[in-house]
Amino acid sequence: MHVHFLDPYRPRPSLIHGLDPRVKFVLTLAFILAAALLPPAAWPAYILLFALAFSVEILSELGVGYVLKRAALAVPFVLAALPVLFTIKGAPLATLPLGSWRLTMTDAGLARFVSIAAKSWLSVQMAIVLAATTPFPELLLAMRAVKIPRLIVAIVGLMWRYLFVLADEAVRLIRAREARSGHPDPPGARVGGSVFWRARVTGGMAGNLFLRSFDRADRIYAAMASRGYDGEVRTLPLPPVTPVGWAALGLGLVTLGVLVVSGYLLG
Amino acid sequence: MLYKPAPMHIPDGFLSVTVSIIMWAISLAVVGYALKRANRDLGERQAPLMGVLAACIFAGQMLNFSVTGGTSGHLVGAAIATILLGPWAAILVMTSVVGVQALVFQDGGLLALGANIFNMGVIGVTVAYFTYQTIQKLTRGRRWGVFAGGFAAAWLSIFIASLACALQLALSGTSPANVAVPAMGGIHALIGIGEGLITVGALAFLSATRRDLLQTGAAQRTGGPAWAAGLVIALALAAISPLASAHPDGLEWVAEQKGFLDIARGPLYQIIPDYALPGISSQALATILAGILGALLVFGVALGAAYARRKRPASP
Repeated sequence: MHVHFLDPYRPRPSLIHGLDPRVKFVLTLAFILAAALLPPAAWPAYILLFALAFSVEILSELGVGYVLKRAALAVPFVLAALPVLFTIKGAPLATLPLGSWRLTMTDAGLARFVSIAAKSWLSVQMAIVLAATTPFPELLLAMRAVKIPRLIVAIVGLMWRYLFVLADEAVRLIRAREARSGHPDPPGARVGGSVFWRARVTGGMAGNLFLRSFDRADRIYAAMASRGYDGEVRTLPLPPVTPVGWAALGLGLVTLGVLVVSGYLLG
Repeated sequence: MLYKPAPMHIPDGFLSVTVSIIMWAISLAVVGYALKRANRDLGERQAPLMGVLAACIFAGQMLNFSVTGGTSGHLVGAAIATILLGPWAAILVMTSVVGVQALVFQDGGLLALGANIFNMGVIGVTVAYFTYQTIQKLTRGRRWGVFAGGFAAAWLSIFIASLACALQLALSGTSPANVAVPAMGGIHALIGIGEGLITVGALAFLSATRRDLLQTGAAQRTGGPAWAAGLVIALALAAISPLASAHPDGLEWVAEQKGFLDIARGPLYQIIPDYALPGISSQALATILAGILGALLVFGVALGAAYARRKRPASP
C-alpha cells in the first residue's frame, strides 16, 4: 500500500491550475489576511468574500463539494471559541442552565463567535484550493520567490521527497503490529496488555522509524556527496511572471483591498 | 485516514492580525538564528539529515496506540527530535513539519503559522531541551536519567506549548483566559502523558540498539541560549497562565492599558468609526446587496466556466 493519498494535489485542466504558483501563493495569503483584517460582524464583506472563494472553487474545477467537505475538517477547533458566546457583554439572547450556573448568551457574543467561525472557514477553503491546484515543486518555487531562506526551502523539499517513503515505512510498522496482535471483538474493546505496554510498543515503533530515517539520511547524503553536493543549495533562476500573472495578481489584490475597506465602511 | 491533526494547530481566523504578526516576527528571528547555529554544527550534512528527519517526524505522528474507548495517544515529536538532534536542528525540523502541515494539509492556518511554529517549534523544543539537559545533569548521565528526562521533556514541552497557545487565543479575544488556559492545559496534560510514554519507548529502543545516536545527539549540543530560553519560557508561561486564568480581567486590563486589545481586535476599527457609505443607511440593506452581488458573481463565474469547458476539446 502506498500513502500517496496524502498528496492533496488534484490535476485538472483549469484556469486556476494554470496560474503562476507565485501569484496563487501571494493571493492566498492576501485572501487570508483580508479575512483576518475584516472587523467582526461585517456580514456584507463576509458574503462577498465567500462569493469570491466560491467563484475560485468553481473555476478550479476541483468540485465545490470536495473543497467544502475538506474545509469541514477544520471545524472542531471552533470549540475553542465557544466561550465568547457567553463572556462578551451585550444584550442577552438566551440563558442556558448548567447545574448551578446560568450561562447567558449575548448578541455581541454570538456575532463574535459566528465571525470567528466564518473567517476560519473562508481561510481554510482558500488554503485547500492552493494545495489542491498546485503541485508541491511549484509551491517550493513560490516559497523561493517570497524570499524564504534557501536552506529552509531545501529542507522542506527533501522532506516532501521522503515523506511518502517514510509514511509507507510507518504504515508497514503499523501493519506489522496489527499482524502480530489479536483483533478486538467488538472493535474498540480493550485488548492486549496495559496502556503502558501498548505505549512502549508504539515507542519502539517510533524508535525504529527514527533509526531507519537516520540510516536513510546517511545514504542520501552519501549519494548526494558522490554527485558533487558541497552543502550549497543551487537552484535554477526563477522564470519571469507572465503579464497574465501580473494582471491576476493586481486584480486580486485590488479586489481584496476594496473588500476590506468596504467591510469597514459597511460594517 | 491515518493522518490525524493534533489539537494544537491554530487555524486561521482565531488569532488577531496583531498577535499573528508578532508571533511571525519572533518565529522568523529564532528560525534565522537556528539556521546559523545548525549550519555550524552539521555543515553540509544539514539539508539531507533534516529533510529526512522532518519527514520521519511527520510519519511518526501517524503512529498511535489506543488508550480507552476511542481515544488514542500519539506523537508530536518535539522532544524526541530535540534529544536526538540538539535544539537548533530540532527547531528547523519542527518548523518544516508544522509548515508543511499548514501549507499542504491545512492543519493549522497560514497567517497563524508563525504562532504554530512558535508553540510547537520554538517553545516545544527549548522547553524540552532545558528539561532534558537539566535532568541529565542532575542524574549525572545514569541510564534512567535518559528515560526520566525524556518523559519530563516530552510532557512539559506539550503542556507549556498548550499554555502559550491558550494565551495567544486569549490575547486575540477569541477565548477568555479563564476558560482557554484550564481547557487547553488540561487536555494537553493528558496528551502529554501519551507523548511522554512514546518518547520513553523510543528512547528505550534506541538506547538498546544504537546507544551512539543518543551520544552523538549529546555531542552536538552547544545550546546555552536554548537552555536559558527554555527555562525563561517555561517559568514565564507557568507563572503567567494561572494568573491570567484567575484574573482574566487582569490580562485584559494590561492589554487595554497598552491599547493592545483595541489594536488586536480590529486595527482600522477606531480610525473609521460609525461611518456608513453614503446612500446605504442600514447594515441590513448592505447585507442584502452584498448577497445579491455575491450570487450574481458566482452565477456569472459558473456560467463562464461551463461555457469554457464546453468549448474545450474533451480532456483526458
